[in-house]
Amino acid sequence: MMVLDYACAFQDAGIAGHLVHRIAQAANNPIRIMEVCGTHTMALFRHGIRSLLPRTITMLSGPGCPVCVTEQTDIDRCIALARQKDVVVATFGDLMRVPGSTASLQMAKAAGADVRVVYSAMDAVNLARRQTGRIVAFLGIGFETTAPTVGGAILAAEQLDLPNFCVLSAHKTVPPALETLMAYPGTTIDGFLLPGHVSIISGVRAYRRWFGRCQIPSVVAGFEPIDLLQGILALVRQIQADAPALENAYGRAVTENGNTAAQEVLARVFEPVDARWRGMGTIANSGLAIRSAYARFDAARRFDLAVTPLPPTKGCICGDILTGVKTPRHCPLFGSTCTPATPVGPCMVSSEGTCAAYYSYHEQEGIRP
Amino acid sequence: MCLAVPSRIIAIDGQNATIDTNGVKRRISLMLLADTGIGDYVIVHAGFAISRLDEASARETLALLAQAINPMPQEP
Ligand code: SF4
Repeated sequence: MMVLDYACAFQDAGIAGHLVHRIAQAANNPIRIMEVCGTHTMALFRHGIRSLLPRTITMLSGPGCPVCVTEQTDIDRCIALARQKDVVVATFGDLMRVPGSTASLQMAKAAGADVRVVYSAMDAVNLARRQTGRIVAFLGIGFETTAPTVGGAILAAEQLDLPNFCVLSAHKTVPPALETLMAYPGTTIDGFLLPGHVSIISGVRAYRRWFGRCQIPSVVAGFEPIDLLQGILALVRQIQADAPALENAYGRAVTENGNTAAQEVLARVFEPVDARWRGMGTIANSGLAIRSAYARFDAARRFDLAVTPLPPTKGCICGDILTGVKTPRHCPLFGSTCTPATPVGPCMVSSEGTCAAYYSYHEQEGIRP
Repeated sequence: MCLAVPSRIIAIDGQNATIDTNGVKRRISLMLLADTGIGDYVIVHAGFAISRLDEASARETLALLAQAINPMPQEP
């Protein structure tokens, strides 16, 4: 049997066209679907899916870009950490330009802080091995997909008995946020396109309790055009038939139980805590803190990172965008004061941010500016 | 950060592997995904393989979709 070319096979134009046709046939009434994952937001634009959908369907971008949902105070804490003596901060590149109350990590770096972009938390561990005498602090920002990789780095540091590695954990988990979103004033969501990568780790079972309570159409989907269209078609059918179900349309990567090895690492290193989300306030048990058994790897315990909360940037409506109340079109700063080169809010910084996605594809989509 | 593109494992040494993503080669960790072999397609996130793609499931999805476009005559 020939080797399956995954990317090409799931981009097949014939199948995609057929799915678009089916969606158009099925979507008789106005339907609002939220894609929870930032990578979905990007993929929907990149493959031009949004413009193929019938006018009855509105796609809302949810709180699925880890950088975007990180509170300004947490960004300020990252910057406070970078300003500590003898500290090297290692971070994913996305975070560099996110504005805190008064500065960004990039500005802190320009002012002398040692901030380095890494591709993996493991790179930060290796950096700590080379930088003996200085403390390498990794900024742990991300969802269930990222947390086990950071947990893995902490376990590796433990095995190496590294005294100079630590993590500032601002990780978050998706299911608690879904429940908050549905009750959020002003938000109307008919169905959720559930995040593919989070689900790879957590499995479909992670949503079962939430789904049992909320009974809202929900489909786990992948990132190729056919995955996205299949997911949307399944949602449209559920919504039109008023028959909510929890479906998995990404069976080649996502299982019922998920990646149990990753779940074990996550549970060993982290414990649930209440966490603040940009635009959504505090959500119970939606964050991940480092367990006391790993206290020596916890930057929050090793350093005093108290910061004074300041009001968020005036005019930025990221919070309303993350909750699906508004789209970047509603933001007066979009494309004028706020562009990817001069971002005002986090949604314009991250490559997965909704405002950045709208900006990159505004010509194709006919959005101002 | 999220590489949604499937990558093929081309070499394994201990807990690490070398992957090929559309011609770009990279070293990643296998700590979160035991049970992989050379030639497997994996999803990689932040330097870690997190899922091995199930070829049977992929083929089944594609076959169902293809059948929906060109329905085969029912076998007697
Ligand atoms: S366009 Fe800029 S200012 Fe407006 S919501 Fe997006 S990030 Fe905030």
